[in-house]
Amino acid sequence: MRKLPLTVAVLALATAACGGNSAIGPTQSSSGGAAAAKPLSGVKIEVAAKWTGDEQGNFEKVLKAFQDKTGATVTYASTGEDTGAYLGPRIQGGNPPDVAILPQPGLVQQYADQNALKPLAPEVQAQIDQNYTPYWKELGSAGGQVYGVLVKAAHKSLIWYRQTAFADAGAQPAETWDDLIGKTAQTLSDSGTAPFALCAASGWTLTDLFENVYLSSAGPENYDKLAKHEIPWTDPSVATALQKMGQIFGKQEFMLGGSSGALQTDFPTCVTQAYAQKKAAMVIEADFVAASLGQTGAQVGQEAKIMPFPKAGDTAPVVLGGDVAVVMKDSKGAQALVEYLASKEGGEVWAKQPGYLSPNRNVSPDNYPDDLTKQLAQTIISAGESVRYDMSDLAPSAFGGTDGKGEWKDLQDFLRNPSDVKGAQEKLEADAAKAFTK
Amino acid sequence: MTERLDGPQAPGGDIPAAGATSGPIETRSAPAPAARVDSSTPHRLGPSPRMAALFLLPAVLLLAAWVVYPIIYSIFRSLYDSVGDRFVGLGNYGSIFTDSATLTTIRNNVIWVVVAPLIVTVLGLIFAVLTERIRWATAFKLILFMPMAVSLLAAGVIFRLVYEQDPDKGVANAVITVVHDTFSSSAGYPGARPRENDQAPAAVQNGAVVTKQQVQDGQPVLIPLVGLPPDVVKDAAPAKAAPAGGVSGTVWLDVVRGGGGTLNQIDPQERGLAGITVEAVSGGVVKGTTETTADGSFHFTGLPAGSYVVRLPQSNFQAPFNGITWLGPGLITPAIIGAYIWVWAGFAMVLIAAGLSAIPRDALEAARIDGATEWQVFRRITVPLLSPVLLVVFVTMVINVLKVFDLVFIIAPGSVQPQANVIALEMWRVSFGGGGNQGMGSALAIFLLVLVLPFMIFNIRRFRRDER
Repeated sequence: MRKLPLTVAVLALATAACGGNSAIGPTQSSSGGAAAAKPLSGVKIEVAAKWTGDEQGNFEKVLKAFQDKTGATVTYASTGEDTGAYLGPRIQGGNPPDVAILPQPGLVQQYADQNALKPLAPEVQAQIDQNYTPYWKELGSAGGQVYGVLVKAAHKSLIWYRQTAFADAGAQPAETWDDLIGKTAQTLSDSGTAPFALCAASGWTLTDLFENVYLSSAGPENYDKLAKHEIPWTDPSVATALQKMGQIFGKQEFMLGGSSGALQTDFPTCVTQAYAQKKAAMVIEADFVAASLGQTGAQVGQEAKIMPFPKAGDTAPVVLGGDVAVVMKDSKGAQALVEYLASKEGGEVWAKQPGYLSPNRNVSPDNYPDDLTKQLAQTIISAGESVRYDMSDLAPSAFGGTDGKGEWKDLQDFLRNPSDVKGAQEKLEADAAKAFTK
Repeated sequence: MTERLDGPQAPGGDIPAAGATSGPIETRSAPAPAARVDSSTPHRLGPSPRMAALFLLPAVLLLAAWVVYPIIYSIFRSLYDSVGDRFVGLGNYGSIFTDSATLTTIRNNVIWVVVAPLIVTVLGLIFAVLTERIRWATAFKLILFMPMAVSLLAAGVIFRLVYEQDPDKGVANAVITVVHDTFSSSAGYPGARPRENDQAPAAVQNGAVVTKQQVQDGQPVLIPLVGLPPDVVKDAAPAKAAPAGGVSGTVWLDVVRGGGGTLNQIDPQERGLAGITVEAVSGGVVKGTTETTADGSFHFTGLPAGSYVVRLPQSNFQAPFNGITWLGPGLITPAIIGAYIWVWAGFAMVLIAAGLSAIPRDALEAARIDGATEWQVFRRITVPLLSPVLLVVFVTMVINVLKVFDLVFIIAPGSVQPQANVIALEMWRVSFGGGGNQGMGSALAIFLLVLVLPFMIFNIRRFRRDER
């Protein structure tokens, strides 16, 4: 009797290791039959992405629309937070999903190097040419081949503000960085409200801030070069951006709790500080702040308003994060599904769901269910060629994506000691050099 | 019995089920040295070698798959670079001792190993000895042991909150600020400051607010302050200009709700700041001191004619004591060790209490009859008799502390993770948590194994000796 629980445990462990795609069983059996006229009837496609809960539900509606159109059967597998950890073993085991949606473009390069990706078919590339600027095509490419397409975007060039705090202080949303610091923030600070609630314990919020300031002050060309580490972090353009950030970091009264408080606050606590505790007026973060507003009682568009990230130079910055769809198996349906997701038609089905923003320039903003998303979509479309992808997500994760290391740590250290721009640049360059040569 | 356990252990020693059932008379299984007389007989009472192997097989397979193979593979992997196809020899081990971030983790581990096991053992001993003498010992022990039932992850979440800076949230700072405030309370207007521009009539000097111009007799000065929410003083009297005559003036909050108002002028909605200490300074010497009235105006009486600057000393703006920054770079490791002690002290106490109950009472009685004080009994009798148990607890704690991971991971905010980092956490972070360098991660794992090994061997030897 003692052996039995062990065997059960081993089995359970084995199944857990392959885990996540519980959807496969039932749907496979329920397929077949229906609509023979459709081009892909009887084809089974497995798609893996990190979404769960509502996001998964919304995506499944898009899959449903695809199934109704083509007759294919699509099953969804959730990868959990760490997509790399989920896909790695499946690639090694020779059993990848047909289509995977990767949370970072960096993974496209990595999997292409491992020959785990299939180049996108000409029809898919035609959709990309039609709906995306060349920058996005390059982003989904590796070694001259196009492998991926950005299908879902997160808008990172925003400042959220609390309407009451602005009204009480008589502050106005700013159009330029200088106004943001000199007028908006100063007015708020004078009226006794901390202008910014920074979530500096979450290093990525600082990289997002840097990326916006840098894209705006140094322009898209330099941004691309720095993202690929073609110019060093000791470049004067980086110094300019850091100095501008130092205008916030250097004033203790501009940050809720001063720099020490900011460095102990992680995301989304700063959202709570601004909107629930009403201690600060602004939060510099992406559109997904809306998801954290639920518990604070602040309504998007009324108490919680947004301003586009102010220009710190010549470019109005639009930095996006987002998810890239890639084909991992040469199956009939896989290319068709990616083509659908990259198309205007697929994008518009998805756009009608809440919490989705399309990077596709031909998806009309009218499709979005709320004004906020419409406004965001409009900034993407009007920024046109100068929209850029989140730089830290393009860098090797040892530099741009690890807690307590690389860019996260160096920007936190800079927040602690904002007068030492040069020292911060040298540390950034040293860490970047180490990560990029690996 | 003793003879059987003394000899070199046959592989059968690993599986209690195979040996224990056959009772004490049975002989050793065949693979043992054939020198013994009894083992030369053809009919043995124990299982056949084949049977023994069959019973051993599952354990051997599991151990090989889950312990031996991973260790060998980690050693092998640690000699390669991050991708795993370039041989780097001992390069990864070299960078453990050259990279400053990794050296910090080693330093932190040393602090942990020196401090945590000692405190846990000593606290456990104290609790065990004390609980022996109280009536509700079981209840007390139960409460102290309770943290063991909480997972380390949950304990981490709890202590993250305990150490929160904001005294409204963090228990630690709430206690400290309450104690602090009963002895010295902060008054005044923390955060209030003059505007930072050239038109402002006053500026900050060494924390005090000082007028830029010399104040003349008969010309009231205006000292507008900002940086306070108007709500703080909404019940105060409206600010009023001081009557002319002598050195006088007004200190008020120059902020109008909703913006507007004339800068540096008293607007009707603006409130005076009452109770601010005002000093008249001439040539660096304080010549007179007064306080603002309810409407923010002040007036120096009996001041000799002359020119003065008016100074609002720093004490008016002293920020309230906000507790200790537990989660800052300086205190983070002691703070986490505190959480660790909370979890493990109960465990140590239970083990030591068990040892304590096994101490022969007559030794204690004899010492007491001989006139030893309680302290002497504790020092000279209890502790020496307990020392084997204390050592086991201590060594177990050392092993436990070397692999500490979850508490550090959860309690330290992202910005102080580099300062709080320990080897086990660095190992995970380098290989999986974004670093993507499994060569280096394996090297760290092996390094950690080498550190733990001596203590493991020590413990195993002790257990062996105790079994005898």
